Amino acid sequence: MTSLIINAFLLAGYYAVLATGLAFMYSVMNIINLAHGALIVLAGYGLYVLGNDLNLPFPVAIAIMMAAMFLLGVVLHRAVLARAYGGGELLPLLATFGISIVLDNLMFQTFGADNLSLAPLVGDLSWASFELPGSIFVGKISVYILVTAIVVIGLIELLLRRTALGHRIQATSQDRATAALLGIDTGRTAAIATGIALATGVVAAAALGLRSAWGPYGGSAILLFAFEAVVIGGTGSLWRVLAGAIVLAFAQSLGALVHPQGFLIGGHLAFLVAVFVRLRGGRISLARLFGKEARA
Amino acid sequence: MTAHPGLIVTRGGRTARITIGVIIMAALLLAATPAVLGIGASGRAVALLVYILLAVMWNALAGFAGLVSIGQTLFFGMAAYTTIRFADAGLDPYLAILLSIALGALLGWIVSLFMLSLSGGEFAIGMWVLSSLAHLSVNLDPLIKGETGTSLISLNAYDIATRSALTLWLALAITLVVFVTLVALLRSKTGAAITAIRDDEIGARSIGVDVMRTKRVVFVLAATGTAAAGALWLASATNFQPRAFFGIQWTAYMLFMVLVGGLGRIEGAIIGAVLFFLIETYFGAFGAWYVIGLGLVAVLFALLLPKGLWGWIGPRLPGEAIPTGYLVEKSRS
Repeated sequence: MTSLIINAFLLAGYYAVLATGLAFMYSVMNIINLAHGALIVLAGYGLYVLGNDLNLPFPVAIAIMMAAMFLLGVVLHRAVLARAYGGGELLPLLATFGISIVLDNLMFQTFGADNLSLAPLVGDLSWASFELPGSIFVGKISVYILVTAIVVIGLIELLLRRTALGHRIQATSQDRATAALLGIDTGRTAAIATGIALATGVVAAAALGLRSAWGPYGGSAILLFAFEAVVIGGTGSLWRVLAGAIVLAFAQSLGALVHPQGFLIGGHLAFLVAVFVRLRGGRISLARLFGKEARA
Repeated sequence: MTAHPGLIVTRGGRTARITIGVIIMAALLLAATPAVLGIGASGRAVALLVYILLAVMWNALAGFAGLVSIGQTLFFGMAAYTTIRFADAGLDPYLAILLSIALGALLGWIVSLFMLSLSGGEFAIGMWVLSSLAHLSVNLDPLIKGETGTSLISLNAYDIATRSALTLWLALAITLVVFVTLVALLRSKTGAAITAIRDDEIGARSIGVDVMRTKRVVFVLAATGTAAAGALWLASATNFQPRAFFGIQWTAYMLFMVLVGGLGRIEGAIIGAVLFFLIETYFGAFGAWYVIGLGLVAVLFALLLPKGLWGWIGPRLPGEAIPTGYLVEKSRS
């Protein structure tokens, strides 16, 4: 039981890493990037090529990929999102969904259907574990991922609240026209924010590749987990993503206890409950669900 | 409607009459396929009708109600699954299809109770979560045996020529009914509300349009039509493998057809579906490259020509091809 709880917390760290970029883009630009999962998988292949084919040390590979994904984010914003943003709220959804379809299949054509893993790049670390009292063993990588999630969320929150760039991003997200009036280059700010979101995807890709193996079509599962964590947690602060990820991980673990194939179903049900609860302003009531207000 | 001096208000006209003629001709041609072109061609004709159903329904949802769903496979897959289940319980397969379509409408109404309070991307992926949940649950059914799937065996009660013709005629009848329902809806008072929401949701709300009720009507219709497409696809393919029905590729197809044809116009959705049918016929064998091409074209249309092909053709025609609005002219006198 104890190990189940500990493992659920560690899994939550992984989901939080996956969800941070998605939540960041959603909260600062009101765009749900449907290519989020596919871009994380792309970053995973990038890390694999740099680390495995070019034999670069893992931290160097991460640094290079973060720079590359930041640039890709700026390009993505300039070429697609900024254009789509002007055409109403549907177009960014349609465009990013189209991009995810293209990326999934391009990666399939380039890297084949085999599942890859980044574990060989970090040697012993991939199977090393900490021993807790009561002979409970937890994988070091899972612990590091949870710590990384907290650090990444903390850094982004610090950036948003304490730096000039963060203030510009917040101003742009709240009211583009007014921000532009105040002399903020909103296009540039939004492009930088997209770049940051994609750069955090490299951390997510590293977590993905170190925990397990992935294939070219893995992006949709990642998008679903990330989205569920974001919706369960709610918007407002990135810390809520961590809370959402914890709920998601526990729901999945519970689902797996109930039925061998109940892992994903548990997570989906937690998402539905979260939607219900939010719909009722925090209160669950069947009468209100059918439009009949409870009598005061 | 009271006549306004100096203005002539019409709907329809020559373009519309020609369109109706074209649609009737196309329907007659499709109905004659089994007799003229044989069994293989009638299978393809069902595919074309399924694409038209999917495109018109997804377009109604995205273009008219402003709801992008990437989980309409929920209704597509569930209708196929319930058809299998009803047929397994001993029902005639064609009755099972009709019953599944009715169940699709019911499912749409239930889902609309909570999903419609989400908007934008939350609604889009939320629908996908539901579709994924349905897919996982169907996999647990011992009749389906996970991804192994099963077949609509009871179709064998009909010989192959009869059943391919019956399936095609059923598909044609359902497509026409759904199409006429949608056009009638768009020409009704609700249609005026739908158009208002399409053009400006906040503005529509401010002049007293019941946005939630209007969206629910469109959502339930879209669920019904998509369920019909799923049940018909099963009748044509006979094999039910959950992944082939709940798979995300269907969403990609719907997106392509609607974006290329023209978001927010029925004519556009039909053109997109016919185009997709032709592309699939000639390039479908290219596998992943074919899907990459579809995705790229859809993205390019979204960015460069967001109103699609019909956004270019439509304004160049005199009057509307499928008249859902009004034409106002100044009278000469």
